Amino acid sequence: MISQSFEYTAPKTLDEALGLLAEGAKPLAGGQSLIPMMKLRLATPERLVDLARLRDLNYIREQGGNIHIGATTTHYEVESSTMLRVKCPLLSATAACIGDVQVRNVGTIGGSVAHADPAADYPATLQALEARVVLKGVKTERTVAAADFFVDTFTTALEPGEIVREIVVPVDPSGTSYQKSYQPASGFAVVGVAARILKSGGKISQVRIGVTGLSNCSYRATATEKALEGKAGSAEDLRAAAALVAQGVEANSDLHASADYRRHLATVYAERALIAALAKA
Amino acid sequence: MATIATKPETFVGKRIRRREDPRLITGTATYVDDIKLPGMYYAAILRSPHGAAKIRSINIKPALAAKGVVAVFTGKDTEHAGMVPCGAALPGLRVPPHHLLAMDRVYFVGHPVAAVVAADRYLAADAAELIEVDYDVKQAVADPEKALASGAPAVHPQWPDNTAFTFHQEGGDVDKAFAEADVVVKQRITSQRLVPNAMETRGVVADWRAAERALTVFTSTQAPHTVRSLLAQILGLEENRLRVVAPEVGGGFGSKIDTYAEEILMAFVAMKIHKPVKWIESRRENFLCTIHGRGHVDFYEIAAKRDGEITGIKLKIIQDLGAYLQLLTPAIPTLSVLMMPGLYRTKNVRADVVGAFTNCMATDAYRGAGRPEATHGIERMVDMLAAELQMDPVEIRLKNFVHNDEFPFPTATGLVYDSGDYAAPLRKAMEVVDYTKLRAEQADARRAGKLMGIGICTYGELCAVGPSPATPVGGWESAQVKIEPSGKVTVMTGISPHGQGEETTFAQIAADELGVDIDEILVSHGDTSLVQYGIGTYGSRGTAVGGTALYFALQDLKPKIKKWGAMLLDAEEVTFEGGKCTDHKTGKSVTIQEIAAASYRAMRLPANTDPGLTATHFWEPPNFTFPFGAHLVVTEVDRATGNIAIKRYIAVDDCGNILNPMLVEGQVHGGVAQGLGQALWEQAVYDDNGQLITGEFTDYTMPRAHMMPFIETSHTITPTTVNPLGVKGVGEAGTIGASPAVVNSVVDALSPLGVRHLDMPLTPEKIWKIVSKAAGRTA
Amino acid sequence: MTQTIHLTINGTAQAHEVEPRLLLIHYLREVVGLTGPHIGCETSLCGACTVEVNGKAIKSCAMFAVQADGASVMTIEGLASNGKLHAVQEAFWNQHGLQCGFCTPGMIMTVKQILARNPNPSDEEIRHGLEGNLCRCTGYQNIVGAVKAAAKAGA
Repeated sequence: MISQSFEYTAPKTLDEALGLLAEGAKPLAGGQSLIPMMKLRLATPERLVDLARLRDLNYIREQGGNIHIGATTTHYEVESSTMLRVKCPLLSATAACIGDVQVRNVGTIGGSVAHADPAADYPATLQALEARVVLKGVKTERTVAAADFFVDTFTTALEPGEIVREIVVPVDPSGTSYQKSYQPASGFAVVGVAARILKSGGKISQVRIGVTGLSNCSYRATATEKALEGKAGSAEDLRAAAALVAQGVEANSDLHASADYRRHLATVYAERALIAALAKA
Repeated sequence: MATIATKPETFVGKRIRRREDPRLITGTATYVDDIKLPGMYYAAILRSPHGAAKIRSINIKPALAAKGVVAVFTGKDTEHAGMVPCGAALPGLRVPPHHLLAMDRVYFVGHPVAAVVAADRYLAADAAELIEVDYDVKQAVADPEKALASGAPAVHPQWPDNTAFTFHQEGGDVDKAFAEADVVVKQRITSQRLVPNAMETRGVVADWRAAERALTVFTSTQAPHTVRSLLAQILGLEENRLRVVAPEVGGGFGSKIDTYAEEILMAFVAMKIHKPVKWIESRRENFLCTIHGRGHVDFYEIAAKRDGEITGIKLKIIQDLGAYLQLLTPAIPTLSVLMMPGLYRTKNVRADVVGAFTNCMATDAYRGAGRPEATHGIERMVDMLAAELQMDPVEIRLKNFVHNDEFPFPTATGLVYDSGDYAAPLRKAMEVVDYTKLRAEQADARRAGKLMGIGICTYGELCAVGPSPATPVGGWESAQVKIEPSGKVTVMTGISPHGQGEETTFAQIAADELGVDIDEILVSHGDTSLVQYGIGTYGSRGTAVGGTALYFALQDLKPKIKKWGAMLLDAEEVTFEGGKCTDHKTGKSVTIQEIAAASYRAMRLPANTDPGLTATHFWEPPNFTFPFGAHLVVTEVDRATGNIAIKRYIAVDDCGNILNPMLVEGQVHGGVAQGLGQALWEQAVYDDNGQLITGEFTDYTMPRAHMMPFIETSHTITPTTVNPLGVKGVGEAGTIGASPAVVNSVVDALSPLGVRHLDMPLTPEKIWKIVSKAAGRTA
Repeated sequence: MTQTIHLTINGTAQAHEVEPRLLLIHYLREVVGLTGPHIGCETSLCGACTVEVNGKAIKSCAMFAVQADGASVMTIEGLASNGKLHAVQEAFWNQHGLQCGFCTPGMIMTVKQILARNPNPSDEEIRHGLEGNLCRCTGYQNIVGAVKAAAKAGA
């Protein structure tokens, strides 16, 4: 269980890193997904560029009503950030559900997002937050909405040579919750549902739901969102809305959960997320 | 409760913290992979990716040419190097020739095909990938019932029926019992394949010194002397020049009893390259190529009278053997047969076992080895019978237990249960939970729409394996006690502990018998060049058999100590107590240190006495021991997800006398975790092509800290009559008690929905399907 | 192809030429000779290889040695000081928090991290914190007990 040989560079600047990536090298961040795959020789990169040492990619800062999180910010840094816990608690709560203590110490938000594992936790939350992903190439920088960034299993809007530079999430006044059914062996999400609810005048004014694990790609459950907007948020309202969460979605199936069971779990965890989010709204 | 703070005067029965721990908690213990010999090479093994295939050709040239490679071996090279041994003998048993490396066929995914030897493990891995094997893939069969069906692909072409053996055992008059029964309950019950998953994988370092004709093999094993004897036989080596060392061993659970292909292969390689060689199993290999456990499909029928008296049991076992027979593979289901009556009195039993070849890794002894399957079966059947008769599961058990005045109790399967008070742990467990109140709570919970279950298992097990005639390699154990010239005491035990803690419990025994401080004692094991021949650690035998051998070795030594004491005191008679010989006429005494010094200096000898103070004792147990206990589990099922929450876990175990309560509790905790693992999560799943789809920790669910309940342990104590220590063994008890208790609890929780049986593991999806189907019916 | 890396390991400066693909666990065990951290799997799911890198518990089988260039590393061997066991080691010993001992070095290093961040964890927090470490022997009960005892002792 040993990876193939490769060349390794740890550039000092982002420009240097982007230059190497443009030449075909692969980015390495925390490596918590990539390195096990390399050991099993499921991934065989010839050149790795270590982004984790780039100081200017590690930050969490507030700017104009948004919070910018540098790509190499670790899950633990997201989980434990006082600012995020107050201003975007959904994101820090989601980070706390990833992997385990050791993985969260090393794994990065940029790496996880770029890897786009269909069972990863962040995508649900980034969808619900309507987060933006800033992509950087040698001469380019562009911002993509989370909904457009996640394309398919292990597939994103990243072009060759581009990296995730930062994630931008709003300062979030909503009541929020991330609820997850754990795959018992690996700890990944069988399904994970992130919910945000805003109330105004005793009624639900805005709902955002992101779902991961159910299918090849995370998504916003817009039918559920629409069903709740303007409602008082009774138990019945929430249940009826949650029942729509898997509507039109082709569910994955594996040893741990068949497609039917996964769809069912999505509705259960959506309801739980909505109840918890509403309680905080 | 932790260890006792102040040092006691006697040690047996106390919570003494372990003497093996300082090296383990500081990271300074030496496991196989920590051994580095000068000039050592590393081996990687190329394995079959197919469940069944013919090998058309193998091209090793690219690997031979790779950087750092010194040798590559294939089946042709090892054809005459000997076979992997099967030690179990059953009439008519078909033993497939088990070469070290595949010859012209592969029989399971993971089957070793070639060994690459290189300067380091990275280069060996690189080179293994370069070997080109041309396979002609054949249809595999990975399910034992499918393997036995007509028209199934033959695992071994010479035996188209895929049957390795059949085995029949009968006691009493089964036909009469069933003819006269008021009620007969039938059920198919499975006990799924499991992967033992010791945290340390297997590993071997072999070192050949041609000039000395001496081979040293370091291997992660539970039975170093057995490995030595088998290696000597297989490789034609001189046993007295062969040294096998079990260094620190990171868990075994039965999976390291066998002598494996890789142990023989590394010895072979070391002798070919004249250099030391190391092979360390990866976790992936451990999943594929270290023995699995369980793998039963059982068909039960139980006959009873209207009042709940069990009058007969019929059992048909289909044992999934895998492709090859490892050391004990075919013997394991026969242990299930022996224990099929459980704790119950019925004398009418009939069992038929069919051993089925499949294109899978071999099954063999995994914690409990045959007894968890038997216990799971009978305890499920008793619950189903209780449900059928509308009796409480407690009541039906109490009605059928062997009575206290019937011991020693000869069973229908030819065993003699040594001692017992089977109702005692059950009553204690009921007391702990206040059973009557708990049932009332359950009735309330049910009215409130909750799915709450209470499950009981009263298990019996066969331990202290065992009398030699009942085992393939001898069932005795040995101990040597050496009082050194300084008075320090060295104990050499023939068992090979790997986590059980006998360096501590045996020091407790020796300290008390000799009346010295525990720090005076050192317990050694595992190195065949240091320790007299022994059998090893498995079958909950370490303390019950190995400890008893030590006890007798200590008794052998006492008369000699007294002779020396009497001579030194010029007394006719002395007593030996508190580490001193005392002449009660004069009140004078002499310490064991003084006696030891005199016995080695030997200026003067007592009459008919030799110098030195050592004794060696080989002890043959007259019988197995039969521990028992009651586990009671309270569960609640989440209707929405099918998730099972364990609300309480009560384990009351009777393992006879307890030498160190802390270690006994630890054995129960760990055992329960593995039983719970089987009940709820673990499963080795092969697909129809023989691919192990739960072949890594990513998909094989291991119990983790956050998944485990708090286990409330307690004990009743019924000493065995089989050994003077009164100890029965506890290594496997938790595992045996846990799976039926959990499943009975969940079946009880779901019984309002009409559920009478569930097969393991009780995955949330399985439960959800039942609950949602029932909801559909009522809706 | 090799690169020079400089690390401080258990307080001692080290420099070695390594291949980029050399895992930190293999570097520590084979090159530096610290065999306390163990290898229990290749999917970074067992935690036996846990060591501290710059004060954070990490799985050294999921990190290349070159990634730790310049870092300060602590392994189980560096935990006791002047022959005195660390409170977590002492607690594992007193509470019988280990049997075969193979998972123990990684387990102890993880517990050290848990307690550094949460000096008085609840049972649930402890069990949650140990998610990344497998033990096949103890059923975790005495490990949880050891963490509580270590917390009480002010580890």
